[in-house]
Amino acid sequence: MAFDFLQDKDRIFTNVYGFQSWDLKAAQKRGDWDNTADIIKRGNDKIIEEMKASGLRGRGGAGFPTGLKWSFMPKESPDGRPSFLVINADESEPGSCKDREILRNDPHKLIEGALIAGFAMRARAAYIYIRGEYIAEAKVMEAAVKEAYDAGLIGKNAAKSGYDFDVFVHRGAGAYICGEETAMIESLEGKKGQPRLKPPFPAGAGLYGCPTTVNNVESIAVVPTILRRGASWFASFGRENNHGTKLFQVSGHVEKPAVFEEAMSIPFKDMIEKHCGGITGGWDNLLAVIPGGSSVPLVPAHEIMDAPMDFDGLSALKSGLGTAAVIVMDKSTDIVRAISRLSYFYKHESCGQCTPCREGTGWMWRVMERLRDGDATIEEIDTLHEVTKQVEGHTICALGDAAAWPIQGLIRHFRPELERRIRENTGAEPVMEAAE
Amino acid sequence: MAEAPNIPDELEVRAKWGDFKFTPANEKLAKWQIAKYPEGRQKSAVMALLDLAQRQVGADTETQGWLPVPVIEYVAAYLDMPYMRAYEVATFYTMYNLAPVGRFHVQVCGTTPCMLRGSDDVMAACKNKGMAKGKTTPDGLFTLTEVECMGNCSNAPMVQINDDNYEDLDYDIMTRILEDLADGKEIPVGSQIGRKTSEPEGGPVILKDMVKANHDYRKEW
Repeated sequence: MAFDFLQDKDRIFTNVYGFQSWDLKAAQKRGDWDNTADIIKRGNDKIIEEMKASGLRGRGGAGFPTGLKWSFMPKESPDGRPSFLVINADESEPGSCKDREILRNDPHKLIEGALIAGFAMRARAAYIYIRGEYIAEAKVMEAAVKEAYDAGLIGKNAAKSGYDFDVFVHRGAGAYICGEETAMIESLEGKKGQPRLKPPFPAGAGLYGCPTTVNNVESIAVVPTILRRGASWFASFGRENNHGTKLFQVSGHVEKPAVFEEAMSIPFKDMIEKHCGGITGGWDNLLAVIPGGSSVPLVPAHEIMDAPMDFDGLSALKSGLGTAAVIVMDKSTDIVRAISRLSYFYKHESCGQCTPCREGTGWMWRVMERLRDGDATIEEIDTLHEVTKQVEGHTICALGDAAAWPIQGLIRHFRPELERRIRENTGAEPVMEAAE
Repeated sequence: MAEAPNIPDELEVRAKWGDFKFTPANEKLAKWQIAKYPEGRQKSAVMALLDLAQRQVGADTETQGWLPVPVIEYVAAYLDMPYMRAYEVATFYTMYNLAPVGRFHVQVCGTTPCMLRGSDDVMAACKNKGMAKGKTTPDGLFTLTEVECMGNCSNAPMVQINDDNYEDLDYDIMTRILEDLADGKEIPVGSQIGRKTSEPEGGPVILKDMVKANHDYRKEW
């Protein structure tokens, strides 16, 4: 059965390429801020119910149901503590570049989504945490927030809804780890971005010790459109449990890398053919794909070809959708170097708090660098695998896991290549299988 | 973790920056940043204020700027927080320069998505202009740093020079950019091969109506 590609009329981010202005007037002409008060008047619970029914799963990588997350926030504050919404725009996962397009080309979708989401979870303000390197993007966002204040869309009696809600932009300064929700909260409080132990979970005690929900930019920016068009519209895309539309970002060895919105569960091959002009050198030249940003294990060519690009389809391949950042590698790739470079990334970005990660990321990278040239013994492949298992799951946050998985994926699928390099370098005889 | 920085705190640094304070314009910006956070939580503005201070040092020295120790002390005092807490922040985040940099801080992304599309060539173009990683050229013009993923992966490879991104590079384009910067020429930011943003090269395959006009798709719902 041929896949039904998403039609333009069903795309949420119609200005994703920035051909038109991001400003308020242009955004309103595209349908943003259209009677937002009506949506808010539906009430907190109705909005959360609708979001649950839409099947939206968090777009920041973990895929936790967004409506359910909101419902964890307290309904009233017995001790007078306010609640906060924190919007995660610290897009730093190698391969990811979708939130950037929302921030600079469709900022009003995010601000309107912040108001509605903030109202639904009874928050008094939203902080948009933008990674420091997105300098131009943060400028647009600041300007858009100012426009929204000037037009009365946020602030006191936001959009004439009777609800008071503030939106602030906070810029990071270069730290991948701040994309982890509790590290982001620490950073917002003016500290080093080192993740906190959970519990307490942010919904109980987050920013300034107050109930806090951290959501990805895309998760929040799709909210107004879902509520306008209805949960059933959004749920009509993608397979069961993987509904909706999604911004995919393709990089690496395709003819034309691009960012685009598609229906969830689109088969890999259809997606690359339609949006990226195919693999460089043709489909026979495809080696492997990292389908969800650097943290997920790679998938070899023959497994990914017909796989549906969604949460369950990719976890069935022992990988993941992550942020839908698809890194494509053709047969010209030095696959060991490609993964080793990711190991360097995690070594560089480890916050240094937990020993297994702080020491392990550096150790793993150094071994990976030796494996590049085959300057190792075959047994060291097993030792490396064992060390990844000792890092994984033994740290406060998931950076340790994220550092371990790419290496595990490499060993799982490319062990013969690692062994070949070792043999060629050391001149060791290949181990012959006994004849049956 | 990133390499431990070697932070200069000598007499001449103190002599030069000891009486640093915000200009009236930056003072205004600092107050605006602090007002974003609840009362008593002014510490939250430390990242913004360090950035502001670095930019002011940059304006004084005609570089991207850096954070001498007396400047970090000033920001800490400004926010009524212990110096060590501000120092921790300055050393933790990569965008604060802890030593002087050149007029142009050339930050080449070398992470895998850029690597796959030729960041080695971009790096080579820099090296052939006499740059070395972590060093400033003798004329004080360029400082070269290899940075981690900058989030422009569909426009790889890329470089961020001071506040501006240059995308879709190759060896020749990067060489030209460096020459134009040295000559003081204006260079358009963003894609260097004619892409608007992250649409496929040659024009979008979706949302073609948006190219010419601000199309309202609601009529087709």
